Amino acid sequence: MNWDWQIFWDSFPRLLDGLVIALQATVIGYLIALVLGLVFALLRRSRLVWISAPVGLVVEFIRSTPLLVQLFFLFYVLPQFDVHLSTLMTGAIGLGVHYATYISEVYRAGIDGVPQGQWEAAKALNLPARRTWTSVILPQAIPRSAPALGNYVIAMFKDTPQLIVITLPEMLTTAQGIGSETFRYPEPITVAGILYLATALVMSWIARIFERRFGTVRAA
Amino acid sequence: MSAGLWNYMFEGLLVTLQLTIFGAVLGLVFAFAAGLARLSGNKLLRGMGFAYTEAFRGLSALVVLFWLIFVLPTVFGVQLAPLFAGVLALALNIGAYGAEVVRGAVRAVPRSQIEAAIALNFTPWQRMRKVVLPQAVVAMIPSFSNNLIELLKATALVSVVFLSDLTFGAQLVRASTGNTAGTFGLLLVAYGLIALVFTTLMRLLERRAAASLGRTVPPGMIARIFRRTEASA
Repeated sequence: MNWDWQIFWDSFPRLLDGLVIALQATVIGYLIALVLGLVFALLRRSRLVWISAPVGLVVEFIRSTPLLVQLFFLFYVLPQFDVHLSTLMTGAIGLGVHYATYISEVYRAGIDGVPQGQWEAAKALNLPARRTWTSVILPQAIPRSAPALGNYVIAMFKDTPQLIVITLPEMLTTAQGIGSETFRYPEPITVAGILYLATALVMSWIARIFERRFGTVRAA
Repeated sequence: MSAGLWNYMFEGLLVTLQLTIFGAVLGLVFAFAAGLARLSGNKLLRGMGFAYTEAFRGLSALVVLFWLIFVLPTVFGVQLAPLFAGVLALALNIGAYGAEVVRGAVRAVPRSQIEAAIALNFTPWQRMRKVVLPQAVVAMIPSFSNNLIELLKATALVSVVFLSDLTFGAQLVRASTGNTAGTFGLLLVAYGLIALVFTTLMRLLERRAAASLGRTVPPGMIARIFRRTEASA
């Protein structure tokens, strides 16, 4: 057994800084995913095949290829097109676009779960399409999606270590950095693992509270 | 691109496929062990199953991989072969998700089926093997199909610890040709195609399994792309 408790405890402050960056990437990425996921879900419902089919193809493609490679692609290819973003933004966009494809399926299931009678009622009341969506369908569809949406925040946070490949100083990158300075890898990596696990457990606890609070469709 | 570079990609492809297939097999073992343990009457087994699924669903496969590669050898003196470390990290991760699938599917088998088996004086083992699992396994296949794609995507993580998989091969190609957009674009397409092959195979399996119980199958990847068309037609 070869273990240095000094390095173990000394790793915490810097790794907590990494945790903050990982959480920032998660929050920005999640906001992108929530909005873009809804856009994907609505476009896939379009009656025009030349809209719904290409969007469907893109969504299925993004969903079946590794996030890691997508991050490489964004990180190395965007600058070639003169798009210069910070690594935090690149990472958040990568996470957001990847998870938008999952979240669009969650919205789809939520929209499909709205009873047919609600659509018919909106039509009978002669509501325009926009009102039908904003006042009738989405207020019922989104709470139905809430539990699954919460799970994806946690899933996304757990994918932040992959941002190591675009050199974002999140937790795993920091752990590796400490390792190369002190020549001791086990302690910082173990601390990072503990912090990831603890944060994910806290997040799932918060998600359960949110689910109880917002997860029910209000009867108006 | 020279023949030597294509070779890197091809060898990488083999490593990626090995990781996916071995990871899936080992992951399936973990999934059944932990999933059934969580349903066991024994408190200790239940607790172990719970601890395993919660811990590995809460950790990224990349963190587990780092731990196996950097911590295990220095602290415990256990040096795993890199490919095995990759397979183990991926299997531990996907097995935790699979365990939930196993648990859900076994619990979804109607209670009356189990009562019938008890009435027929089946032993618990016979009950599981002849009544519960044949029905539960059919219900697991669609979720396992998704898990398999997640596993395939997760194999790219091993390139971070310098295992020469498809992604690692592509990085070598990129470094020597300088064609970033082309290489990574092609790499994404390659993963997409492998995923398509895997989902198609799983669909065949799913259809046969569902037919054996007289059920129908939800739409697959290609059908999903055109779903809207079907619905409005």
